[in-house]
Amino acid sequence: MTRKFVVYLILIGLAIFTAFPFLWTLLVSFKTRGPIFSIPPDLSLTGFSLANYSGVWKTLPLPRYALNSLYIAAMGVSLTLVICSLAAYPLARMQFWGKNVVFYAILGTLILPEHIGLIVNFITMMRFRLVDTYAAVYLPSIASIFGIFLLRQAYLSIPQELEDAARIDGAGDLTIWWRIMLPLTVPALATLAIFQFVAFWNSFLWPVIILKTPDKYPLAAGLLYLRGLFAYNTRYIAAGIVIATLPVIVVFLFTQRYFMRGLTAGAIK
Amino acid sequence: MPVRPVPKPSAARGLGHALNPSGARGSGRRTTVVAYLFLLPALALLAIFTFYPVIFGTVLSLFEYDVINPPRYVGLQQFQRLLSDRYFWIALTNSAKYVLVVPVIQLCSILLAVLVNRPLRGVGAFRAAYYIPVITSWPVVGIMWTWMYDQQGVVNWVLRGLDLVARPISWLNHPTITLYAVMFVTLWKGLGWYMVIYLSGLQAIPVEYEEAAMIDGASRSRVFWHVTIPLLRPYVLLASLLSTMAAVKVFEEIYVMTRGGPFFSTYTMFMYIFDKAFEELNMGYAAALALVLAAILLVLSVINFRMFRRGGLEWY
Repeated sequence: MTRKFVVYLILIGLAIFTAFPFLWTLLVSFKTRGPIFSIPPDLSLTGFSLANYSGVWKTLPLPRYALNSLYIAAMGVSLTLVICSLAAYPLARMQFWGKNVVFYAILGTLILPEHIGLIVNFITMMRFRLVDTYAAVYLPSIASIFGIFLLRQAYLSIPQELEDAARIDGAGDLTIWWRIMLPLTVPALATLAIFQFVAFWNSFLWPVIILKTPDKYPLAAGLLYLRGLFAYNTRYIAAGIVIATLPVIVVFLFTQRYFMRGLTAGAIK
Repeated sequence: MPVRPVPKPSAARGLGHALNPSGARGSGRRTTVVAYLFLLPALALLAIFTFYPVIFGTVLSLFEYDVINPPRYVGLQQFQRLLSDRYFWIALTNSAKYVLVVPVIQLCSILLAVLVNRPLRGVGAFRAAYYIPVITSWPVVGIMWTWMYDQQGVVNWVLRGLDLVARPISWLNHPTITLYAVMFVTLWKGLGWYMVIYLSGLQAIPVEYEEAAMIDGASRSRVFWHVTIPLLRPYVLLASLLSTMAAVKVFEEIYVMTRGGPFFSTYTMFMYIFDKAFEELNMGYAAALALVLAAILLVLSVINFRMFRRGGLEWY
């Protein structure tokens, strides 16, 4: 019994450790008075109000950033799903010339250095005249290797009989993929969608590089930019952080099991 | 953090079989055409944004290129320049130092995984809590921790309360401490991610092994060190590989908290590459730096892969 008690004590201690920066930020975002930085910190609830939220929402371009994030995430996620489920299908269920080469070429990209991509993709986007467009933000990451392998696993687990039956009924390749196969991979698609949503929502480095107009920034990049401009308005930035982080945490809490499964669903079979 | 797949360590073994699952359609010319049509969009994007950068990046390292004027061929000059470039060596040293975070983060996350791998009521909620930093964006993490590290901030309050420091420390503005303060944030954000890898490793260990050892009279700690850890070895190697590579190319935490300061004490390779490429628009030199970093990463992954092959796969 005491052993169990000790374990819980450690678990709670660690949870406080991981959660503290969030809780502190949440508290600051709700307060309008009192010192922000002090030893000991002011953990009281004096001057509690939503003023910082309405302030940051009205005076700073936060709604704009939120819309940008939503748009980039929506485009990025839906294109990822289409492109990855198309690519994964033949890799799982067809025998074709050059399959091994393609398979290992895709697998091999995992060891290619992404940081070179940052430099060259910027130059490529300049050539395509896509610098400062949303398309440039999501295009380089929609052919997700993780997505291709995750969905390949899902296709592999579908029984052959289903495909044979459809073929006997006269269905073509596209019909079989769209009507039979795709619906059976929905759980894997959901996992991929959640992962990509979080990745796009949180991305800031590539957007900062490729977008030249700060008004086009997604939330994460926008917050960093605003911190630079309004270095001393800590309470507004805190409210902005809560607005930017809450959607991801909510998505995560509701879809945890997909998360944990996706993380470990590699190439096992 | 980019979302990366975590391949199961036992993956390579079954690959040959998985490529030719029984019952897949036989290859004909038509099937081949159809297959490539399905693959086309993904392959085109990968070719442009993943393969081409490696080739073009290599070529670019032989040129001086500032985006505006046409590239000028300089041969290997930029690599020679590297050798006498003070900032290159500072950046390389700091990136190497950053690898210190790897053993700490791995040990902590193994212990954490063992802790949450028990059938306790509410343990799922704790796992979720530890995972939240992983899904938080770097700008948010960086801003929050800048506040935590303030002279009058929470970290100093806690340390003063425990009587560990005499006066408040300016954590992000100290030439020797700042690098370690940033590493601590890496630890804070990464713990949950590695915890999940180890958790899946722990769950793959048949309970019988640990039970048998217990029946033979081994203590809990002996079981942990002599049964659990050896069985976890492939996972430890995999996670260490990922973690080492992430440490060598550390960037986000630096960029959002210190931008390399104070006095270049947290200036890492990736930070230097970023500055050269996007602050100075010196693309050729940045490409040369990026190639050096890529070479280091490649060597690391080969070393790790060899260890991984030798020590990892036979266990199961």
